[in-house]
Amino acid sequence: MTRIARRSLLAGIAALGTGACSKIDGFATSETGSGLFDLAEDWHLTAHRTLAGRQALAPEYAPEDRSPSFKGNGSLTVDNPIYRDQLAKGFPDWRLSVKGLVENPLRLSLDELKALPQRTQITRHDCVEGWSAIGEWTGPQLSTLLDRAKVRPEANFIVFRCADVLYGRRYYESVDMVDAYHPQTIIAHSLNGAPIPEKNGAPLRMRIERQLGYKHAKYLTAIEAVASFDEIGAGKGGFWEDIGNYQWYAGI
Amino acid sequence: MTLRPKPRHALSTRVWHWINAAAFVVLFMSGLGISNAHRYLYWGDYGFDPADAWTAVMRFPNWATLPQRYNLAEARDWHSAGAWVFALALLGIWVAMLANRHFARDIAAPPSAWSPANLWREVTEHLKGRFDPEDGGRYNTLQKLTYGVVFGFLLPLMILTGLAISPGFEPAAPWIVEILGGRQSARSLHFIAAFALFAFLVVHLVMVLVSGPIRQIWAMIAGGRAPEGANA
Repeated sequence: MTRIARRSLLAGIAALGTGACSKIDGFATSETGSGLFDLAEDWHLTAHRTLAGRQALAPEYAPEDRSPSFKGNGSLTVDNPIYRDQLAKGFPDWRLSVKGLVENPLRLSLDELKALPQRTQITRHDCVEGWSAIGEWTGPQLSTLLDRAKVRPEANFIVFRCADVLYGRRYYESVDMVDAYHPQTIIAHSLNGAPIPEKNGAPLRMRIERQLGYKHAKYLTAIEAVASFDEIGAGKGGFWEDIGNYQWYAGI
Repeated sequence: MTLRPKPRHALSTRVWHWINAAAFVVLFMSGLGISNAHRYLYWGDYGFDPADAWTAVMRFPNWATLPQRYNLAEARDWHSAGAWVFALALLGIWVAMLANRHFARDIAAPPSAWSPANLWREVTEHLKGRFDPEDGGRYNTLQKLTYGVVFGFLLPLMILTGLAISPGFEPAAPWIVEILGGRQSARSLHFIAAFALFAFLVVHLVMVLVSGPIRQIWAMIAGGRAPEGANA
């Protein structure tokens, strides 16, 4: 190490020590800072998919491993009379549409969804806050619907549209095609053998098992294939991504 | 190029020390911020009800967290980015330590040093404030034991428990979560190991302060001079 390099290293360490606290908040939102954070996020995604394989499964548990209850978080209901009426009647008029970049748009009732081949999985739900719950989910695989709708090759992401409104904004989420076609990515209608409770997203909720809870969109109304999510919401790919700058890849 | 005496700290040791110091500060402070999102720790696979928690940790004040206000998303950004620096640097120093024999020579202790009598003698000498600063280039058994636990156990445990908490990494090595006793156990161990390292940091800084801080810090920057007779 040359003398000059050593000096500047020392100066750098000193500057870091004295100016750190006041400057650090600005760093995260600066171009360099957010660029570095995005890079680190991409590396995690690449590392996970390289090490585990793109279709590797999240662990599944035995029935006795389930948590005694399943915490509700975020939106706990959809605050409008139509939802309350449907909830009381068992969602007879709830429809899930599959739209966007598809050859064959679909519009399915709960009965039609239940008539498709089903997958049941007991998985662990990890919230970004740190807690975990374990429950048994049942529903058709998203890949089944995407195949029936015939997704066009230019689609890069699947967007999940929701009925719930938080902080004045409609909830939504998105995943890439790897997670969309993952075998454990299902549109759940049942939790622990019963219809999904209101607080957990009745009547339909996504399961994206290798990512954190905020990706598991609740109160699902539509599935939309898109080339890019730049024009949706604030363009960051999801409700929490838009409103709080949460990571789009929630695998960490 | 002039012939210079061998430094007390190898270049790899010095570079790693300061990179790791910065990474530790970032990871610890952002970790405290993340902890504030859910202050309860559990054992086992699941846990969300404070009634099931084995402990509720304090709400860490803003001055102790990164960023210096409650912002979970930004704390996670710092933590996820810092983890790369921390993990790759640890891998680097382990390779360097084994290659340049720093570990075998300075940290590994012979069986004779492990006798209770010797350990007790070193503890009492430490408490009396005698660390023999003239001979600071060679570690006593307590230092070897501490550095051995830090390098061989606590630092790798931080990475192992950190990986175990990640649902995206888990399918790559589900056995990590299993041997740690479930995700919530891994999260508890991540927290405990972080505070064990923080305790090490406090003792480490106190020892530097009482053993000639200027000389010690300068040696960790510029290399220092190996003591007479030491083959560092």
